[in-house]
Amino acid sequence: MTDIIGILPAVTIAIPLLASVLILITGRYENLRESVTIVAAVAMLGSVLAMLPSVLQGNRITLSIIPMVPGGDFALKVDAFGMVFALTAAVLWLLNSFYAIGYMRGLKEHAQTRFFFCMAVAIAAAIGIAFSANLLTLFIFYEILTIITYPLVVHIETPEAMKAGRKYLAYLLVGGIFLLAAVILTYLLTGTTAFVPGGFLEGAGSPLVLQILFLLFMVGFVKAAWMPLHAWLPAAMIAPTPVSAFLHAVAVVTAGVFGIVRIAGWVYGMDLMAALGLGVLLAVIASFTIIVASLFALTEDNLKRRLAYSTVSQLSYILLGVSMLSIAGMTGAMAHIPIHAFLKITLFFVAGAIIVSAGIESISDMKGLFQKMPVTVLMFSAAAIGICGLPPLAGIISKIYLAIGAVEGGMSSLLIVIIVSAVLNAAYFLPIIYTMIVEKPEREDALNGVSEPPLTMLVPIILTATISLLIFFFPTMPFLDLIEIAIGEIIGGVMP
Amino acid sequence: MSIIDHLPVLLIIGPIIAALIILAVGWHDRRLCYPVMLLSITGQFIASLIMLLQVIQDGTIRYYLGGWAPPLGIELVIDSFSGFILSTIMLLALLAIVYARRSVEAEVPAEKIVSFYVLIQLLLIGLVGMTITGDVFNLYVFLEISSIAAYTLIAGTRSPRSYVAGFNYLIMGSIAAGFILLGIGYLYVATGTLNMAEIAMLLPASYELSTVHAAFLFMMIGFSIKAAFFPLHLWLPDAYTESPSAVTVIISTVMAKVSVYAMIRILFTIFTTAYIIESFPVTGFILLIATIAIVAGAILAIAQNDLKRMLAYSSISQIGYIMFAVGVANQIALEGGLLHILGHAMMKGCLFMVAGLIIYRMGTSNLLELRGVAQTMPISCAAFALAGASMIGIPPTIGFMSKYYLVLGAFEAGYWLYAAVLLIGSLLAVGYIWRFIEIAYFGDHHGDGHQCASPEGPLSMIAPMVCLALLCLILGIFVEIPMEIIGPAAMILLGGA
Repeated sequence: MTDIIGILPAVTIAIPLLASVLILITGRYENLRESVTIVAAVAMLGSVLAMLPSVLQGNRITLSIIPMVPGGDFALKVDAFGMVFALTAAVLWLLNSFYAIGYMRGLKEHAQTRFFFCMAVAIAAAIGIAFSANLLTLFIFYEILTIITYPLVVHIETPEAMKAGRKYLAYLLVGGIFLLAAVILTYLLTGTTAFVPGGFLEGAGSPLVLQILFLLFMVGFVKAAWMPLHAWLPAAMIAPTPVSAFLHAVAVVTAGVFGIVRIAGWVYGMDLMAALGLGVLLAVIASFTIIVASLFALTEDNLKRRLAYSTVSQLSYILLGVSMLSIAGMTGAMAHIPIHAFLKITLFFVAGAIIVSAGIESISDMKGLFQKMPVTVLMFSAAAIGICGLPPLAGIISKIYLAIGAVEGGMSSLLIVIIVSAVLNAAYFLPIIYTMIVEKPEREDALNGVSEPPLTMLVPIILTATISLLIFFFPTMPFLDLIEIAIGEIIGGVMP
Repeated sequence: MSIIDHLPVLLIIGPIIAALIILAVGWHDRRLCYPVMLLSITGQFIASLIMLLQVIQDGTIRYYLGGWAPPLGIELVIDSFSGFILSTIMLLALLAIVYARRSVEAEVPAEKIVSFYVLIQLLLIGLVGMTITGDVFNLYVFLEISSIAAYTLIAGTRSPRSYVAGFNYLIMGSIAAGFILLGIGYLYVATGTLNMAEIAMLLPASYELSTVHAAFLFMMIGFSIKAAFFPLHLWLPDAYTESPSAVTVIISTVMAKVSVYAMIRILFTIFTTAYIIESFPVTGFILLIATIAIVAGAILAIAQNDLKRMLAYSSISQIGYIMFAVGVANQIALEGGLLHILGHAMMKGCLFMVAGLIIYRMGTSNLLELRGVAQTMPISCAAFALAGASMIGIPPTIGFMSKYYLVLGAFEAGYWLYAAVLLIGSLLAVGYIWRFIEIAYFGDHHGDGHQCASPEGPLSMIAPMVCLALLCLILGIFVEIPMEIIGPAAMILLGGA
């Protein structure tokens, strides 16, 4: 394991930033503008992939750019865990870009230049979060992500959208303030904010101070949408579907859970977490969120909103894994980040495809959709089954790790949470599949003229579903390998 | 002695001569005034940068007027603090002057333009003088020069309301000047000198005298009025709102900052931390008022329906941030406060330039009539968004950096509660900044091809505005550059090195 200095981390972030400028310049020529997005997405993915082999060998690529304030330079560091997030985001951004082009053109949306500009800056911020070497850098990108996604959320500009946007900003900016306080406090306690595998807070303050600090961090990472601070996420469903996909899978909520895992593994360390009793706290929050959000999902008839509550619930699986403070739990938590992202983005892509092709959002209107859009509905069913944790899709991998972690950590009550939630997952996903495939539309002509979405949308759907399938068959390459390295780092290089 | 050694005094004499030339050539041809002024202010800006570099390399510059050493003569002092403020205000002044040309043509009656430029020149002379003087009475003289120019400039538009605003400011400003003069008198009684350094040296002997306490309070109140420190801010909203846009830019950035500068000088250089923390503990009180100012100013700003008035109230809140640093009074917080002097000057300058451009183009600054203005004026609104993000403190803008230092300083000093209020208060800025953003960008749904092909304003107005907006971002990312001079400046104030 060595730290090597490389320019690629900065290049990866610079590519979408540069693209955002080009998008503004080429805004009037749609095709040119869209090719900028695609070229940038491919280039960024290439840049991430170029770093992958080195990271897989256990190297960390670092780059300290400029000194800023006491508390941290503006510095980047690509380690295995950051790579998990970055790789997920980079792959999904490419697919999401194709999909977004199809979606935005299909609905003839307004202000598309603004849309693609914000998307490009937002992905740069997400990659920045993944590659941050210290809390300060992470905070900077985290705030940029908040601000730049706002125009995306309020894209349709109706009064309801503006209201949802205010809610979105209110939650995330207030969270940001807590995060800032936590970052500054960490600096005051330890004189540094740089991430250290295994944590650096040990002995930095009294248990009470460290517990309060953790709460500050938790509220700070409100992007993880844990209950009861989740309300911004369903509200943000008003956004166009590619944005929802972006929020739920590519960047925003992922950034939240990523942050919490970073804090647990690289700021506190699992031993300190256990000593402070923070695992129990996290377990309570996570269990509550998993169950309650699933119940909320049951009552939603709007497909996108049901998916939103499903996300809230699924994100807390990650927190649950962290709360077990064991190797298997942590593995499950980290693995659930990419796995959930690939599955959930498929579901959102399908929800958007149905809006574009059939113009419906309510589940009860989707009866018999299978006959008109067979491929789309099949992909949806596959991803939904995957989220429920059934083979042969990736969802089961993280769930198995979580279950092992629960048993291993002697927290068998958490096992009950996992089982109950699996039942609830099935309870809100299977009826959708049933409605789409088995039930007949009430009126014969209800779905007349409905067909499969354009290829720019259909192909990403098939690809994300396929990747979810591939992760099941080849889980180690690259995600579990990366996670193994990451966990090796935080527990000090000893692997079972 | 080469000409470089005489730069401090040339900084004041040069513009006085330039002001006379403007008056003379303006008689002949009005169009000649502007180039003369631009030349003179560019010269001042370059001179201020040269001196700043000198200060960084060789330390404090002391210049005796006419070669008379203090206490007989007047001393000009350029240390890292005044050097920093001087370059800041000259940068802002230069950009404001570039911006002013077209804006003044649009808002000020043609026959008044010559006197208008002369007055701006006088205003800047006064402010530069206040910044570099090392003599308290001299400070008062320059203060009056700048104030009288400011009263007149504020009343410079055609609208009768600007006369009222100017008159109100005249009354408040005169009261302030009276307080300050009394304070200076008491200090002279107590120490027998008017030179700042000497007063600071002689004062500890008489710290317990009520004369000194009275002097301190009078000066504090006087400068609090001039700096519009809550709750003595009542003149500010009208003065900022009703004056011509170019004047608003100058008084809200250059003048406001020099007033704060003078107050900090009085507090830390003349009375020193020994007095304001130990003998006459006032910092806790300043901190409390500053925190109230931050919150109250922001709430008042949210309640406004006029863009310029909203920004004016925001200034009251932002002055609170700087005074917050004074209240915490440790190295890190003061660095944050000084950084905020620079940062706030840049972002508020930019925001007022946007407001001025909107008035120039749309003829109104009423928020309710500006729906969808971003489609007509995309560059201005983008500049507003960037400077506004800095105002809120979104990283990596300069506004975030100063907020970071302030909170870090307050945490370090153990002011947990105040730091929390500062953090929450900074969110209130979202309230008023976002109000404009929503209206400008998202107000006019689908705005049926309102897009304007023609440029949104004269280049001479857009360029300085964009320049400031970008500086908010660039100096935030490369915050080390201003910090290089701010660090020593804060140290000087705290009595070290």
